[in-house]
Amino acid sequence: MKGPTAIPVKPRVAVHKFSSCDGCQLALLNLGEDLLELAERVELVHFAEAGPIDPMAEVDVAFVEGSVSTPEDLERIRHIREHSRMLIAIGACATSGGIQALRNNADGAEWVTRIYSHPEAIASLAHSTPISSHVKVDFELWGCPVSGPQMLAVVNALLLGAAPRDNADKVCTECKRHGYPCVMVSRGIACMGPVTRAGCGALCPGLGRDCYGCYGPAENANTDALAAQFGRQGLEPRAVVRRFQSINSQAPAFLAAADKARMACDE
Amino acid sequence: MFSQPDRAGFMPFAQLPSLVSRLSALGYRCLGPTRENGAIVMRELESPADLPRGLQAEQAPGHYRLTSDPHNRYFAWSNGPQAIKPLSFAPQESLWRVERDEAGSLRFAAVLPAADKQAIIGVRACDLAALALQDAHFLRAGRRDPHYARRREQLFLVAVQCAEPASTCFCASTGDGPTPTAGYDLALAELADGFVAVAGSDKGDAVLKTLSLAPATSRQIEAARQQGAAAAAAQTRRLPGRNLRDALMSRLEHPRWDEVAARCLACGNCTAVCPTCFCHAEIDEPALNGQASRHERIWDSCFGESHGHLHGFNVRPDIRSRYRQWLTHKLATWHDQFGRSGCVGCGRCIAWCPVGIDLTEETAALIEGGQP
Repeated sequence: MKGPTAIPVKPRVAVHKFSSCDGCQLALLNLGEDLLELAERVELVHFAEAGPIDPMAEVDVAFVEGSVSTPEDLERIRHIREHSRMLIAIGACATSGGIQALRNNADGAEWVTRIYSHPEAIASLAHSTPISSHVKVDFELWGCPVSGPQMLAVVNALLLGAAPRDNADKVCTECKRHGYPCVMVSRGIACMGPVTRAGCGALCPGLGRDCYGCYGPAENANTDALAAQFGRQGLEPRAVVRRFQSINSQAPAFLAAADKARMACDE
Repeated sequence: MFSQPDRAGFMPFAQLPSLVSRLSALGYRCLGPTRENGAIVMRELESPADLPRGLQAEQAPGHYRLTSDPHNRYFAWSNGPQAIKPLSFAPQESLWRVERDEAGSLRFAAVLPAADKQAIIGVRACDLAALALQDAHFLRAGRRDPHYARRREQLFLVAVQCAEPASTCFCASTGDGPTPTAGYDLALAELADGFVAVAGSDKGDAVLKTLSLAPATSRQIEAARQQGAAAAAAQTRRLPGRNLRDALMSRLEHPRWDEVAARCLACGNCTAVCPTCFCHAEIDEPALNGQASRHERIWDSCFGESHGHLHGFNVRPDIRSRYRQWLTHKLATWHDQFGRSGCVGCGRCIAWCPVGIDLTEETAALIEGGQP
């Protein structure tokens, strides 16, 4: 197509995997035709799930899925940062440490000896940590997994030379735009939506169940008020801990909420 | 709805499907109360006989449960999480789009909704009062919003008098219900065997005439009138006055704001279910090929972070300032803008607040507690 475009040359893009389940990469792959269209506008130099492999390449934009969980991860993330103009962390693992960060509050080494017949073959760090704990991150996309449309919106914004829209509002805003009745109010279910970042399109409440917080804490997340309401709804303090200790257990707002609820368990 | 009793008709229950059929025949998509996900929502009726009977909604702060009406009435529920607002002020819609043509120039085009004719059966007096306020905002002289206008003019509103207010209702104290007085095409009052029916517009009158109803008797009209008075008397919540502007604006540093902020989730649910809230954000959705973009309007809330962004800083960074903004706009500065309060007493913000914050209780605590 003729005419000016914001970026005259195709930016080079890499999609890296760290400690993760690959679900965020799949969100990108599942875009189908949109991904093909996107591939016309960028040069995908490294995306193992899709084919191209060149993990050491110099790129304009690096998407990073997964947490830093092994000694090898530590080395690799530094290399990627040095060789990427822009680094975007995608998904719960990359933004908060992910489900595997549940070991941060436990004795991970002991788990390894109980689970694996050859624990000496496992090289993992004591803690699973987000990418931003190790290198500068230019933008974070939360979610477990991230949604395809969110990924597209980010790439699109960057191609136009604009800052991606950072929507830190609560899941409730999406429920309401879809016209889903609030499950906390109409069914008395303990829903994490009022403290959780939007982006999923209120997927779970739309199916009549509770949000479990997979997009991490929203801005101004009043976890104290929500935990108190969970208590009024009949959740024991231990169950309140579990609500906050899930996919994004190490996100500071959820970690603090779980610690408070844990103190109530001990009392 | 009883100002011209000689023009009121009586519609036996058996004739309710004919009203729906008539509206369908006139090209209206007919929406009515439907049970969905534990609440009463307005959805398209699949057949004229599809209006559910016997639904009731028990409401309290942070609480909404469907129950059964022992009298098996059609409209014994007071309201659901939404009524008219999403149909006139769409939660998300395109305002305009832009495309890059072959020569590289940008071409802008307005996008107007292809609004269907829609009839909503079962709107309440509070909903109509709220719609009048939305009209005042979106259709004000010189600033007419074409998107809202197009949806709005396609609406046919069948109002129903409230006979069973919820514990969260306080329309009697705001002067907006429970009997509809204006803004409807047709209004119904449900009695034991049928409805007292009146028209409130020419199109309503035309529909009513085709139903060839017998005139309502003076006993039927009196029964409906008394039912409305009883529903008003049954309401337990109230606001401390109709104009609280000065009272609230002189309490901007009241300690109650901190107290409510500790309980408030800043989820914005109160503003989304509020039938008069009209705040929105505008976002751009560029096409993947980089050659086109749509400019979208989405519902926004004063409880969100971006709503308070000004150049370089945020005017409402914390929950205290956001709750204060919501309450003082709704009950105080609304008077400056629209000549009345922005609250119509529907109680949705009370029932649909996940932690049950009660606007009437907060207002009373701010005002009746005296000057700080």
